[in-house]
Amino acid sequence: MSTATEVKTHKGAPQVSDRARAENTLGQKLVAPAIILMLVVTAFPMLRALYLSAFNYSLTAPEDREFVGLGNYVTALTDSLFWRDTGITVLYMLVTVAFELVIGFAFAMVMHKVIFARGIIRTSILIPYGIITVVSGFAWQFAFSYQNGFINQWLPFIGDQFNWFGETTPAVVAIMVSEIWKTTPFMSLLLLAGLAQVSEDMIEAAKVDGATWWQRLWRVILPNMRAAIMVAVLFRALDAYRIFDNIYVMTAGSVGTESISFLTYRQTIEQFQLGIGSALSVLLFLSVLLIAWLIVKLFRVDLAQARQEG
Amino acid sequence: MNRKIGTAVGFLLIMVWCLLPVAWIISLSFKSQEAITNGSPGFLPVDGGGAGWQNYIDVWNNEQFRRAILNSIGISLIATVLSVLIATLAAYAIARLEFRGKKFVLTAALAIAMFPVVSLVGPLFDMWRTIGLYDTWPGLIIPYMSFTLPLAIWTLTAFFREIPWELEQAAQVDGATSWQAFRKVIVPLAAPGVFTAAILTFFFAWNDFVFGISLTSTETARPIPAALSFFVGADPFNRPASLLAAGAVIATVPIIVIVLVFQRKIVAGLTSGAVKG
Repeated sequence: MSTATEVKTHKGAPQVSDRARAENTLGQKLVAPAIILMLVVTAFPMLRALYLSAFNYSLTAPEDREFVGLGNYVTALTDSLFWRDTGITVLYMLVTVAFELVIGFAFAMVMHKVIFARGIIRTSILIPYGIITVVSGFAWQFAFSYQNGFINQWLPFIGDQFNWFGETTPAVVAIMVSEIWKTTPFMSLLLLAGLAQVSEDMIEAAKVDGATWWQRLWRVILPNMRAAIMVAVLFRALDAYRIFDNIYVMTAGSVGTESISFLTYRQTIEQFQLGIGSALSVLLFLSVLLIAWLIVKLFRVDLAQARQEG
Repeated sequence: MNRKIGTAVGFLLIMVWCLLPVAWIISLSFKSQEAITNGSPGFLPVDGGGAGWQNYIDVWNNEQFRRAILNSIGISLIATVLSVLIATLAAYAIARLEFRGKKFVLTAALAIAMFPVVSLVGPLFDMWRTIGLYDTWPGLIIPYMSFTLPLAIWTLTAFFREIPWELEQAAQVDGATSWQAFRKVIVPLAAPGVFTAAILTFFFAWNDFVFGISLTSTETARPIPAALSFFVGADPFNRPASLLAAGAVIATVPIIVIVLVFQRKIVAGLTSGAVKG
């Protein structure tokens, strides 16, 4: 972070006043606890993961720890399980974010337009956000269950005895439904904030010029809330790539529903394979960085500007 | 007229979509355990398949569940208070002071908000076991603080930028130091923002699952989401769905109350810091 050492030059004031110096010190003192806490729990363990990933290290046999260099990475990257899980994770991310964007935008439009019962709508939209992911996972798992659920009965083209968690495709669909339900509210709130900034005058002007509703949506509203859409997509995509809770609760990773987060968890916490688990941690971290970089590059998101910090 | 019907339909769709699973889990919690074991498909409990409040009584009498609620409340509250305190100091500095490293703080916060949590549980698991924080309250409070700080810092920075700072300058002209101006003038004005950040932080801690299952092993520190996922009845192959549902409803009630009461503040907190074009 080169910005950390960047010296703030005061234009037209060659010597820094005592007051400015005091302000500098105070500012740094005030942010120090936050910075230390954030780094202690992220940077340090990440460096440790990097270090551990170079060893064949299992907690069940700690004395057998041996240096293997990049061996763990080779093992992971040549394993078909790793690629299958990465593929399924990307699928979760693409599908859920696409649906959430559409549903979330529709919700935001309704929230924006609706005059009556604004409070009720906002509260209902917030409720899925407030519900523990584990609870929503259970709710949907039981809803899809053929023994005790109601979905098989309600869906006309599905047999009452259909087992959603018996095969990959239906199980993945069920997990996606739960994930979409739980996280759409967040998306629609971010989009609502963006929608509120599109000037009504501009929409009126387009209307006067004879633009249809569809044209107004695509030519006026969407381009003007681009920043909001991109921030929402970026944050949700990164979140969706880390999908874990719903899979754990609904299928425990069986029938090919395992995500890359779940694989990492399984290796480290359940099987105590800290060496290969650390390598997977590093790979997961790198793939999140890659996705963030791709989205920022592709859509030219200016986060500092979007978040008004810079 | 068409537009009005459209909005009304949209309104209904939103209500159904958002509330159906909630209604479902409540309905499930009133089905009797025998009916669940024998299989009782359908949205509402059938005649003779209802359990009244029995599931709630059973789950409440479960020692581990009560302990998990206590853990969740204690850990979430402590993490929230500490995190908001630290974030308030940082956000004040970012919104008001000129100092070196400001950009670094914001970049770090942004990076951590995007951090894959699962990447950390392995090394943290190992570290916590070495230094004895594994399966303790602080062992969860520390990671919760780190991961709620970014959201709290953003929310608070956005709020602090809206405060009329002339008041602070006026206080300083009257001879107050930077610190006094902060304590006496700004803290009362910033209280609503701090409160919003606290609600969002509490949500995160209450909702967390990954740390909860990875960094605890017994009921001494296991929070509700983890406890629910380990909740097994008499028959380990057939999960006690209705008991679980009752537990889930109990765990959700505090959050729903918070949502209902502070709906306005939560929306403001989630959106104000997030997107301003």
